[in-house]
Amino acid sequence: MDVFVQQLINGLTLGSIYGLIAIGYTMVFGIIGMVNFAHGDVFMVSTFIALISFLGLTALGISSVALAFLLVLIVTMALTALWGFSVERIAYRPLRGSFRLAPLISAIGVSIFLSNFVQVAQGARNKALPSMLDGGLTLFERDGYAVTLSYKQILIMAVTSVLLLGFWYLVQRTPFGRAQRACEQDRKMAALLGIDVDRTISLTFVLGAVLAAVAGLLYLLYYGVVSFSDGFVPGVKAFTAAVLGGIGSLPGAVIGGLIIGLIETFWSAYFSIEYKDVAAFSILAIVLIFMPSGLLGRAEVEKV
Amino acid sequence: MAAASSASPAAILKDAGLFALVAFGLCVPIVSHRTDLGADGLELTPRWGLVAGLCAAIFAVRLVQRLVLERRAARAVLTPSPHQATEPVGAEPNAAQYPSSLGLPRLGLPLFVGFALFLPLIAALASGGLSPARYWIDLGILILTYVMLGWGLNIVVGLAGLLDLGYVAFYAVGAYSYALLSTVFGLSFWVCLPLAGLFAGLWGVMLGFPVLRLRGDYLAIVTLAFGEIIRLVLINWTDVTGGSAGISSIPRATFFGVPFKAGPDGFSALVGLPFDPMHRIVFLYYLILALALLTSLVTLRLRRLPLGRAWEALREDEIACRSLGIDTTKTKLTAFALGAMFGGFAGSFFAVRQGFVSPESFNFLESAIILAIVVLGGMGSQLGVAVAAVAMVGGPELLRNLGFLKAVFGEGFDPNEFRLLLFGLAMVAMMIWRPRGLISDRMPTVALGQRKAIGKDLVREGHG
Repeated sequence: MDVFVQQLINGLTLGSIYGLIAIGYTMVFGIIGMVNFAHGDVFMVSTFIALISFLGLTALGISSVALAFLLVLIVTMALTALWGFSVERIAYRPLRGSFRLAPLISAIGVSIFLSNFVQVAQGARNKALPSMLDGGLTLFERDGYAVTLSYKQILIMAVTSVLLLGFWYLVQRTPFGRAQRACEQDRKMAALLGIDVDRTISLTFVLGAVLAAVAGLLYLLYYGVVSFSDGFVPGVKAFTAAVLGGIGSLPGAVIGGLIIGLIETFWSAYFSIEYKDVAAFSILAIVLIFMPSGLLGRAEVEKV
Repeated sequence: MAAASSASPAAILKDAGLFALVAFGLCVPIVSHRTDLGADGLELTPRWGLVAGLCAAIFAVRLVQRLVLERRAARAVLTPSPHQATEPVGAEPNAAQYPSSLGLPRLGLPLFVGFALFLPLIAALASGGLSPARYWIDLGILILTYVMLGWGLNIVVGLAGLLDLGYVAFYAVGAYSYALLSTVFGLSFWVCLPLAGLFAGLWGVMLGFPVLRLRGDYLAIVTLAFGEIIRLVLINWTDVTGGSAGISSIPRATFFGVPFKAGPDGFSALVGLPFDPMHRIVFLYYLILALALLTSLVTLRLRRLPLGRAWEALREDEIACRSLGIDTTKTKLTAFALGAMFGGFAGSFFAVRQGFVSPESFNFLESAIILAIVVLGGMGSQLGVAVAAVAMVGGPELLRNLGFLKAVFGEGFDPNEFRLLLFGLAMVAMMIWRPRGLISDRMPTVALGQRKAIGKDLVREGHG
């Protein structure tokens, strides 16, 4: 029971990070129907931006953890947004109207480019950041096994919740959100009604990248180590989350993320840690094959 | 781009400046500060000079690009487009409607094969003896392995239009089949080769069967997942596969049962030549050449059969195919199985050449490289794949030996580091400018009435 509660906490923490990345996949898929294969690598780029910003702030002598965190959050969000914007502009926008698989192949190219760009610029070694937020709350203790909720986990869950609330407000209550949802339903009709579709798509990518940036920063804080190849597996897991929740559905992405996080931690705790990625990939295959519309998605009707 | 024709020099400068500014934003902080492991944790080393250089380069490239576009746009106003719809009645067909490059692909494949056949001879003559030529022959083997993998994947991606991101799994199945069959059961390479192909083909059917109903990009992701699962199982199933350490001391290839060794029962004694370890390398070279040519031949012949035509039809429009009564399940499965089988052959060749297999060789990047070769070569084009493999695998190898690059970029410069970076960029550029690949104009395999070449500008309409 104690182990169960502890794993539940760990799983929800991990799941929040996956959920944040998954929103980027699901929004892009919803609006232009492509799998943004490079999203995981945009996430990885953001972890490096966060890492270097932290080091820079330390070098400048800012010692307050809260201030540093806030500054790094803003810098990472802004710079990753620029990456999201540029990637869409250079690699995806010219391909609208090209053949079916062109955007996916281009996205794979971007993914390879980004991970190797970071490898060339920063080297292939793992980069470790000294832990800055230690300690935590002990929830309860029995037979010498303490169930703890670390400050990092509290921070991750709090940031994720605040961000998701803000994001929900943005999509449901603002003009941009209305335009975004309109483009998702019918791009041509939205254009006829005077919505700048290109701008909306651009903003969608930017928004996805911003959420990935937050996820990147939290990931860096949680694990303390990043490497240039860290985009692939979290990316695939977040994509799994998006598919599991029903691709195109925003609440679905968050729920999917939490489920994937829980499955991963419970699998590692009760079965085998070596096969945890196999579990994630298997879920991806099983969901895509047997329920491609996911938990909350709508079934796709192909029109001729 | 039409608006560009009226842009003033100031506007062009501003545009290029904007590009440089964005490039600057992208360079901060990943390029501008390098993280190094110092005495206490990571330390930052600023590199603003490099950032300035990169931004200047991007500024210059954008400036030139805009100026070239400008001139082209100005000229386009004066000359009518060759593809315009309103051609005068009875006019001579425009020269641009008959692409001139068609002669090259026709001759290209025989030329490529001819060169490949004599490469060991040329290399030996050029570098004076077989042993000094080893580098070139090894490079030839490496390139031909990728040519073969490219041709194998071409069946799945290029002909049937199924984007397979887990192709390396079949390569792995082939390699491990040979490694296990030969080390555990002591079977010879010539028994294992067809078995490895068979196993890989079976895996192709097994993995292909559940994913056939999926649409293009979902199929791609599921094949990616399968590829990763197979790799992870290879890493973790230590009892059978040896885990990350892999399987070593795999028996070497024999000349149809005659080993390559010094002594009375070796290959050199059989043909009456003095013993030379290079014989084995040359033999391996011709082996992979034969395997690659087999792949190509089978593909070329299949394209003329109803099955091959069904593949190409499937690539263009699945729904139309189904309504014409083509069994899409069977068509997709055969493409998957055949592609997988050739991947398996290539895999067992890989194992026999290296004498060692480990899961490291079969990661997603390998799949992506093979896919990049197929995409860059022009999906469906045999020669294109070969050219792309030479350019992508051979090119960086050659760059490594160029001294003046080291003189320009410093002693530690290794072009191989930038190989994958360029791969990624090339894939994006290819999709934007030449979505049909390097060899972009080609004749349709079947045509109704007049045969018309298919240009890259028709890509959106789903021809050929």
